[in-house]
Amino acid sequence: MAVLQMQKVSICALKKDRKAILEKIQSLGIMEISKFETEEEGLQTVNTQEERNSFERNAALAETALNILQEYVPEKVSMFASLEGKNLIEKSQYIETTKQEKEILNTAANLVKLNKQISECRANVQKMENQIESLLPWINLDIPVNFQGTKSTTVLIGSISGIMTLEEIYGLILEQAPEVSGVDIFVLSSERDAMYLAVLCLKKDAAHVEEVLRQNGFAKPAQSMSKIPAQEKEELQQKIVALQQEAEECQKEICSYASDREKLKLISDYFRARAEKYDVLGQIPQSKQTFFLNGYVPAKSLNVLEKALNENFVLSLESADVPEDEEMPVLLSNNGFSESVEGVLESYGLPKRGEVDPTTVMSFFYVFLFGLMLSDAAYGLIMFLGCFFILKKFPRMEQSMKKAIKMFMYCGISTLIWGILFGGYFGDAIDVVARTFFHVEVPEGGLVKALWFVPLNDPMRMLMYSMAFGVIHLFTGLGMKGYMLLKEKKIMDFFCDVVLWYVFLIGLILMLLPSPIFASISQIPPETFPAFVGGAGKVLTIVGALGLLFMSGRANKNFGLRLALGAYDLYNVTGWLSDVLSYSRLLALGLATGVIASVINQMGSMVGDGIFGAIVFILVFIIGHAMNMAINILGAYVHTNRLQFVEFFGKFYEGGGKPFNPFKLNMKYVDIKEE
Amino acid sequence: MSGVVYALLGAALAVILAGIGSAIGVGIAGQAAAGVVTEDPSKFAKVLIMQLLPGTQGIYGLLVGFITLSKIGLLGGGLLELTKGEGLLVLCACLPIGLVGLISAYYQGKTSAAAIGIVAKKPEQFGKAMLFPAMVETYAILALLVSILAVTNLPF
Repeated sequence: MAVLQMQKVSICALKKDRKAILEKIQSLGIMEISKFETEEEGLQTVNTQEERNSFERNAALAETALNILQEYVPEKVSMFASLEGKNLIEKSQYIETTKQEKEILNTAANLVKLNKQISECRANVQKMENQIESLLPWINLDIPVNFQGTKSTTVLIGSISGIMTLEEIYGLILEQAPEVSGVDIFVLSSERDAMYLAVLCLKKDAAHVEEVLRQNGFAKPAQSMSKIPAQEKEELQQKIVALQQEAEECQKEICSYASDREKLKLISDYFRARAEKYDVLGQIPQSKQTFFLNGYVPAKSLNVLEKALNENFVLSLESADVPEDEEMPVLLSNNGFSESVEGVLESYGLPKRGEVDPTTVMSFFYVFLFGLMLSDAAYGLIMFLGCFFILKKFPRMEQSMKKAIKMFMYCGISTLIWGILFGGYFGDAIDVVARTFFHVEVPEGGLVKALWFVPLNDPMRMLMYSMAFGVIHLFTGLGMKGYMLLKEKKIMDFFCDVVLWYVFLIGLILMLLPSPIFASISQIPPETFPAFVGGAGKVLTIVGALGLLFMSGRANKNFGLRLALGAYDLYNVTGWLSDVLSYSRLLALGLATGVIASVINQMGSMVGDGIFGAIVFILVFIIGHAMNMAINILGAYVHTNRLQFVEFFGKFYEGGGKPFNPFKLNMKYVDIKEE
Repeated sequence: MSGVVYALLGAALAVILAGIGSAIGVGIAGQAAAGVVTEDPSKFAKVLIMQLLPGTQGIYGLLVGFITLSKIGLLGGGLLELTKGEGLLVLCACLPIGLVGLISAYYQGKTSAAAIGIVAKKPEQFGKAMLFPAMVETYAILALLVSILAVTNLPF
């Protein structure tokens, strides 16, 4: 249970070594580089923005190429890909690949180019398809659309809105232009609200005919083509085929690059790492011949860094404790069991400077409370086995994921134990199966007796224990506060803020024990407790209350104000009450698991005995219990977190520390094996 | 017989009201969750958990409904002969989880939707975001507790 002690390190070395030194530090990944805030004369930083941008561009190019590959040649990823972790590769392979950076970048550029070509082809195909679409009404025309006519005739080609019969159009022309000697009308095609016509007439009548038609909504086609529509369509279709072929060829070429995927991934990581290096390079102050580097290193890794740097370079490395008033990056270090809940702690906040790392204490309570809320032996066993299997199968999982799964594994064990204590095995599945399929007379209390008691049959007892667990949890929290105050040698604060509260609260509890309220809840008659319990309780309560009343406002000189603050602090006892009541969720969630499980079993057994009944039972059983398990694990997770964060941490813990963020190779795709 | 009608009404109300509340709550949170997934499908698991949080009230309602049904003997086959007064007692015992379940699930849904907003912008704050909806749930749990205690301790 500890926050790792950090050492503040300053390095001064020759400027010519700076890249090599940074690379070494980056590959070690144990030092957080801090920024220089003060400017000193003679020192300046070098602007590396340009190099950084170019590396980032290269990384982005590789990324784009990978996306294109993924689109055309999807990589097969298993369902458990996120558990498998990154590929481990040899350092030599990494170096080998980075040597080919030019070729790989060319490949990437080529992929991007091909992809662009494909999208251009597709856009063109779309355009031509639109053209064909607009040609369709004219497809019966066997002359070009822009055909003017012969020596003495004119052809008017166009569309007319509205639907008319051929006779009606002839009638219109006769009626409105009686002088026209002859006109021949062909209907090329008609749609819902338009007709496409070719009108043939003598040249001298053309103006009249056109006038009449125009008055009735005749319009020439928007595009005039010098080819016969059918022929034009044919040509367009050929072009489309050619374009599609081109796109397909590009696609094939893209597919042929599939084998370069790993290289692209490596190179993308490589350029990102270099960009990061140059980012740091741009921050460090340099003189003419030397440069300076400041940062934090965990104390236990300091000699590793010293050795690695001193062996290879000429430099001066100084280390010192981090000053009291300075914020120290936080890196937690816990035993194998407790480190599993570090993720939960991180999601609340890492310990601030001077705060104790509560992980160890929390981890026991976490597993204890989680199991109590789920409390079904079978669910616990499944959880444990599932997590255990995943941990064994995927040893290279990401650290945070590994911790979370380990946490659920321990929670599974705890659930198993609580399940045995409370007699829950898939709820009451054993009894239901025995009764329905084997016609066994189930005795009172079930075939498999609860080792302790069944909460559903005795909810008051369970409620009492829930609150008792709550009091222990909360008192531990208060104890942690005391521990922190003692560590800071604030004896007075320890006595007033912790000891007095203990006295006051224990007094209240002792007073409660022989009271009729407690008797009615716990079914324990008040006579069980010796008479001095109540008396001692009263004394402790009064002492504690008076102490708090006078001491809580001790920082204040004004006596009246001091009393008022003390009274206000005393009022916090309502907070304690609501905190303890909050633990009643242990009962509620435990019951929820058990009762829903029994509902599922009952539903399954409704069909009764026989093969059909067994099939229905098995189906309902599997689906129902899978759902119940999922929803109750979620519930237990959320509410255990809540009890830790709100009730427990509320007593002593603030959080808000800055996580330790070492300068390292931030690989997205691969991990490099260190020799 | 009339007592059984009230008792059954109680069980029904516990399931109906809490169920409606959860349906509304999960619905509200689900809309927010769907919005986040359109932008970033990788947050699916996180927002799904958030969406499920207001779903528990429905389960608590089911829980009380089931305990009530088995209390009045409807499930075992031996239906109790209840007087009107006894039936009303059962009805009253079911009311806390019904009413509190309805309203708390609605507000928990809204809080979940807001918490999903946190996850969308700051996924690393998932632990804190989850706490806000869990705060609302406390009151459903308290109501559940009183309902369970009342039903199981009724003198018949």
